[in-house]
Amino acid sequence: MDFDLSEEQRLLKDSVDRLMADRYDFESRQRYAKEPEGWSRALWSAYAELGLLALPFDEAHGGFGGGPVETMTIMEAFGRSLALEPYLATVILGGGLLQHGGSEEQKSTYLPQIALGDLRLAFAHTERQSRYDLFDVGTTAQRDGGSFVLNGQKSVVLHGDSADKILVTARVAGSRRDRDGIGLFLVDANAPGVSRRGYPTQDRQRAAEVTLESVRVDAESVIGNPEGALPVVEKVTDIAIAALAAEAIGAMDEMLKLTVDYLKTRKQFNATIGSFQVLQHRSSEMFIALEQGRSMAMFAAMMAQEQNPEERRKAISAAKVQIGRSGRFVGQQAVQLHGGVGMTMEYKVGHLFKRVTMIDTLFGDADHHLSKLAETGGLIAA
Amino acid sequence: MDLRFTDEELAFRDEVREFFRTALPGSIRRKMIEGHHPSKDDLVTWSRILNAKGWAVPHWPVKWGGTGWSPVKQYIFRDELQQAPAPEPLAFGVSMVGPVIYTFGNEDQKRRFLPRIANLDDWWCQGFSEPGAGSDLASLKTTAKREGDHYIVNGQKTWTTLAQHADWIFCLVRTDSAVKKQEGISFLLIDMKAPGITVRPIQTIDGGHEVNEVFLDDVRVPVENLVGQENKGWDYAKFLLGNERVGIARIGISKARLKRVRELASLERIGDIPLIEIPRFREKLAAVEVELKALEMTQLRVVAAESRREKGKPDPASSILKIKGSEIQQATTELLMEVVGPFAMPYHPEEEGRNEPTDGPDWASTAAPTYFNWRKISIYGGSNEIQKNIIAKAILGF
Repeated sequence: MDFDLSEEQRLLKDSVDRLMADRYDFESRQRYAKEPEGWSRALWSAYAELGLLALPFDEAHGGFGGGPVETMTIMEAFGRSLALEPYLATVILGGGLLQHGGSEEQKSTYLPQIALGDLRLAFAHTERQSRYDLFDVGTTAQRDGGSFVLNGQKSVVLHGDSADKILVTARVAGSRRDRDGIGLFLVDANAPGVSRRGYPTQDRQRAAEVTLESVRVDAESVIGNPEGALPVVEKVTDIAIAALAAEAIGAMDEMLKLTVDYLKTRKQFNATIGSFQVLQHRSSEMFIALEQGRSMAMFAAMMAQEQNPEERRKAISAAKVQIGRSGRFVGQQAVQLHGGVGMTMEYKVGHLFKRVTMIDTLFGDADHHLSKLAETGGLIAA
Repeated sequence: MDLRFTDEELAFRDEVREFFRTALPGSIRRKMIEGHHPSKDDLVTWSRILNAKGWAVPHWPVKWGGTGWSPVKQYIFRDELQQAPAPEPLAFGVSMVGPVIYTFGNEDQKRRFLPRIANLDDWWCQGFSEPGAGSDLASLKTTAKREGDHYIVNGQKTWTTLAQHADWIFCLVRTDSAVKKQEGISFLLIDMKAPGITVRPIQTIDGGHEVNEVFLDDVRVPVENLVGQENKGWDYAKFLLGNERVGIARIGISKARLKRVRELASLERIGDIPLIEIPRFREKLAAVEVELKALEMTQLRVVAAESRREKGKPDPASSILKIKGSEIQQATTELLMEVVGPFAMPYHPEEEGRNEPTDGPDWASTAAPTYFNWRKISIYGGSNEIQKNIIAKAILGF
């Protein structure tokens, strides 16, 4: 057991931290959000130059063979700086689905393009009725000779508006809530029949509604078994949850730091308010929530590679519960302890609060995962 | 970073687990599972089994009976012991005064006391708290005045756990009242058989007798029983309390109790449905398990960082272990109360040799007393509110 970063991981952390410190202060971030796509093309190129976009992929596909710990390191830095670029959508979700579900040919075609920064992806899965059930897929894919015809509507597709290609889940067989019969398709974002309506999210990221009307997809664009995509969707979702947990930790860490700094400088009643025990104790409680969250983010990173899917899902659910709860507490208290300042759009802490709040709603909130964990027997066997 | 146990650590865990499975007497194991307190004899028996194996004081220096295990192995050992579930060796000796003696004591003291602590030949108790000195421990008033080769000790200690069995008490005493309160305290080892010592029991809300008041009237203590330097006792006390916090999370105990909750909740039924299948209950249980898993990872982070820390300086993050560890232990006792339902009601004070049947299922009788008793956990060892002060000052820099 070893909690230290390796020399290579340490170098990665230093270079990501340096990049974000140099180019991602809060004012720059607000400027990037106003760019046409809602994020910075220049930073995207910088990520490519640093190798961040290639990180999780095999060396054979232009990558660096990084694992969840490397991803955790990057995501924590992104969380601290409130990075806006489609890293999760393109590298973790899109790249992850190709890496874990795609054929050798698909991988060697697309992963190097992602690594170079030339291909952006999105994952279109959630539907109006599905909430957080990954198996609930109503979008259909009808076989037509060797190809498929897709019909349906996908919601809250992260960075779906700026993606070049979209990975779409659609039902090839079975009924809407069956685990079997789900296919995964790589669809050109500008293919005939695909329409996208992009919008900003509460945390100033971007998402889109994606409508598919008789979209024709050829056999080469099917990812894996056309009736058996759910396991890879679950696996990549778990990897994404582990990544989001690390991002949330970065955001919480920053909130605690900002809050403690504020308490040490803000004066009322002729004293810095940080001299009041009630506020010191609240800060200590935020620290505890953060560290418990950090522990579970590490646990999630470790368990994202677990071979047994049931064990993996339980562990990831447990981590999502803790991150959701810690995030809510740290976020609410960070705003509370800043007073009115915490409520303003001009100040960073409110944006961090909004990001951790939205992270809870991604891929299942704390209650969803608690009920799933409880249903499947909890963490400690009787 | 690799958060998994190594193959060597896993093999060690299996070895330890197997030892606890075979070496722990069945009668003691049963008591522990059912939530009864082990008796003095149980603890002596078990401590000597451990000592014969060479595992009574794993964290001590090898010279004095320690094993030289890595911090991770120490953690595994403690976790397996608690999950067995086996009684923990008497903390006042092996975790508190023992480390103070081998760190700050002289050679005579080490030779005289350490082997007897390891074998539980001497039962130690802790003379820190006083009626007027709880969280503000440094304001203690018990005095020790030097007269020739002796200190004459006068005062009162309280909340003295298991003093009724004790052969020795380690005490914080005031040796200088003219200086700042922390700078006039000394650390004395006192024979409980010395004339002038009176022990009076305090019954706690669970009905049990664990804690006592200890009165010291003109008790003569030879000067060779002073540990370290006169008036440096506060440093030794802080060292001791810091060590206490590390072991205080007691994750293995919470694991064992949650396992028990799950077992019993699958036997209890609401109508035809086992309690464990009621979503509200099982989600509450799962929520505690999540907190416990997070704490286990936090504990392992503290453990892994231990080898890099300056000796004798506990990690301030150990305050997290105390706060969350106590909250989780208390949550497990609440869950057990819920499982027991109406049979939490009957009151049967624990008496040695009591033979009458309990009213209700025989596993139900300890649920409420344990719940009441375990409220102490967030109070002792530096209350959770004091721990939050420590985090605020030592970590957040207020």
